[in-house]
Amino acid sequence: MKWHVLRPLWLAIGLVVVILIARQFMVPDDFGVHGDSFTYNFHRLSNEQEWKDFPVKHLGRENCVECHEEKVAMLNGSPHAPIECENCHGPAVGHPDDVEFLPIDRAREHCLRCHQSLDYPHSARSELPNIRNSTHKRRRECVKCHVPHDPREKPAREKSE
Amino acid sequence: MTSEAVVHGVEWTVKELFVYPNEFIYWSIQIVMYPYMTGLVAGAFVLSSLYHVFGQKDLKEIAQFSLVFSLALLPAAGLPLLLHLQQPTRAMEPLLTPHFTSAISAFGIVFTTYGLIVVSEIWFVYRKFFVEQVHELKGKQGFGNILRLNVYRVLTMGAFDISEEALKVDHKAAKILAGIGIPVACFLHGYAGFIFGSVKANALWMSPLMPVIFIMSAVVSGIALCMLTYIVIMEWKAFRQRRKGGTSLAIEIKGAETDIINTATKYLLGFLVAAISLEILDLIFRGYTAMKSWDILRSVMYGKDFINIFVLQYTMGNLVPFALLLLPGRSMKRTVLALLLVLFGVFMMRWNVVIGGQAFSLSFSGYMHYHIPIIPHSLETFKEGLFGALTVIATPFVLFWIINKFVPSLERGEEVGH
Amino acid sequence: MSCSRRDFLKQACGGTLASVLPISAFTFLTNEEARAAVENANVRWAFLVDTNKCVGCGLCVKACKTENEIPYDAPVTRTWVERYVITNDGKAHIDSPMGGRDGFIDNVINGEEIDPEKIDKAFFVPKLCNQCDNPPCVQVCPVGATYQTGDGVVLVDREWCIGCGYCIMACPYGVRFFHPVHRVADKCNFCYHRITKGMNPACVDSCAFDARRIANLRDPDDPVTKIITTERVAVLKDEYGTKPHVFYIGLDENVR
Repeated sequence: MKWHVLRPLWLAIGLVVVILIARQFMVPDDFGVHGDSFTYNFHRLSNEQEWKDFPVKHLGRENCVECHEEKVAMLNGSPHAPIECENCHGPAVGHPDDVEFLPIDRAREHCLRCHQSLDYPHSARSELPNIRNSTHKRRRECVKCHVPHDPREKPAREKSE
Repeated sequence: MTSEAVVHGVEWTVKELFVYPNEFIYWSIQIVMYPYMTGLVAGAFVLSSLYHVFGQKDLKEIAQFSLVFSLALLPAAGLPLLLHLQQPTRAMEPLLTPHFTSAISAFGIVFTTYGLIVVSEIWFVYRKFFVEQVHELKGKQGFGNILRLNVYRVLTMGAFDISEEALKVDHKAAKILAGIGIPVACFLHGYAGFIFGSVKANALWMSPLMPVIFIMSAVVSGIALCMLTYIVIMEWKAFRQRRKGGTSLAIEIKGAETDIINTATKYLLGFLVAAISLEILDLIFRGYTAMKSWDILRSVMYGKDFINIFVLQYTMGNLVPFALLLLPGRSMKRTVLALLLVLFGVFMMRWNVVIGGQAFSLSFSGYMHYHIPIIPHSLETFKEGLFGALTVIATPFVLFWIINKFVPSLERGEEVGH
Repeated sequence: MSCSRRDFLKQACGGTLASVLPISAFTFLTNEEARAAVENANVRWAFLVDTNKCVGCGLCVKACKTENEIPYDAPVTRTWVERYVITNDGKAHIDSPMGGRDGFIDNVINGEEIDPEKIDKAFFVPKLCNQCDNPPCVQVCPVGATYQTGDGVVLVDREWCIGCGYCIMACPYGVRFFHPVHRVADKCNFCYHRITKGMNPACVDSCAFDARRIANLRDPDDPVTKIITTERVAVLKDEYGTKPHVFYIGLDENVR
């Protein structure tokens, strides 16, 4: 028997051993099938907690009401009640400790999201009060004439520009 | 380079009508190159095995060459994937945590297995040569000689017995490996076809025929490339010899042998017919059953991709070389042209599958147009652009040139390999 | 009664092997895994979209992008809103500019101005990851970077994903994309970081019209679950066998 013929086999086995050893160092210990199925549950377990720990940005109205009681009360009683504060002011995370003022989006495009007339029949959109952007008070900010926290009110005269 | 926020695919995708917002051509030129290169690998190996296993004596010389070329092609086949991955530093993961329900996880294991088989077979075929080189270079001075001596020492892996008995064993081992290697080479490319054929979300790719079509056209391209490279190299050598003047050498350089070319051509045509038949069958079935996706597929295939599919691939890449190779009075020049067209046709097949499958939206209501980046202006547009593809094409030739310096595969006669 | 040494060794080996098999059938769970298994068994997240209520304001897309750190100006998004306008010639005009991030404020669809007189019906369809029961995206991941949790949400491990894009190609709904900064696959995860704390996903909170709602299918008292189980709902592309868990009220036959 000419044993030299097995040398490539030893090489192959050596390579497999190297890969298995590398696996010990390079693959996290909690990697495996965590669940019923290899198809759908093969993963690194600690990643689940990493996603649960992802930072929350939007804190909801209950968070705003702590300091902004009046505004929230005004909003709650108005037709704009279903709109979240953070829809117009952006996420509240870090406010007021790190972010002193949240942005106020006064652009027309923001209000047009709901209030631009698209003339769609049988659509929930058509049931909202709407305007045609091209003909309704062009180039003026909506908030000049409409109060976002209660659109039934008129803005105070002495509001700054 | 700054890490700007780059949406992968936005640079080379143009959307038309309704396409889902997140849809882009994510699998671009490198994913066309990958099955093309693995196809060449598989085909080159099968060609070599036709001699080693099935004893096709006519193919002896080209078999030598295609075996070594198959080795040079292998790293070049892995290169498109490295260039495509968004996280190339994690490329080892399919070997570390393979998720076997995914066709791509087969890559690590099949690739490694196939590499080991090719390397081992080359070792058995060339071991006598390595041992002889060690004996010849022993005691010679000079950095080049000492380098070569040590390389050959390593390559012998310490097996210095070159008796008749030992060589017989080598020969048998090479034959066994060539035999095992054929199904592994088929698997290496069949799984690439499975990668596409099993994606139920893609109306063009989803087909049980896809792995078979890929294997058939892979063998076609592998045989064609080996024949072509062989012809070019042998004719170049003969040309150089004739320029030097005279036939004072004991062994006459004759250029590429017609017997070899004829036999190889027969196999090429056989696999070509198989590949074409399956593709036409797939097309006919789709048209006949007219599933939900048929409207958009038809508009892509008969509309914007008509030239790519029917002119470039089927006509120029299949029918024309078919005629060129079968018509009587076939010259070497005609053969070379036919082989070039075949290689082009197989490339277009990969293009039409990969890019064609992303030419329509999942919504079946819109299209995506692929504009391959020509002049790179960022790492992305280089990797996934024309120059990235050219780099991949050039690599096997560069590697072959290096490997050939130690493992000569183009010599004639009995001195080298058996 | 006497047995040879060979027989003794044979029987001892055989006995040991035989006893190892049933013991290996017990997997050993850590305390965390056991607790999680019990918790997860009580929750299966699902989503309910009411297309009758959606007005196409796009505030859900804006909220999702800011909540989940998807670059605002990148043309990729974890959730989006599609507009469908069916004109009286039977043609469906569909668009989703930047995923509906800025809402829909004109009637130009795919470069064509639609005449309101010719509109038969028009509606908006919010879409997001369906967190399927048979997720094809998980099946095709070559390295186990994407997976399904016990409570049904499909997540992506950013540290392990190699960025091959196979999961993106495998999703029939087009919800996956490459994150432009992290350069790994990304998709909606029902705001997993919020729902596991008892909060709603950001898109659900931001919808002023109640078009988006989240449900726990294993909780019989969940009002949204009651709607899903007792009223007529539909899912997208069920022919792919994915068993999606986003249910639609008012899903039109034109919806792609």
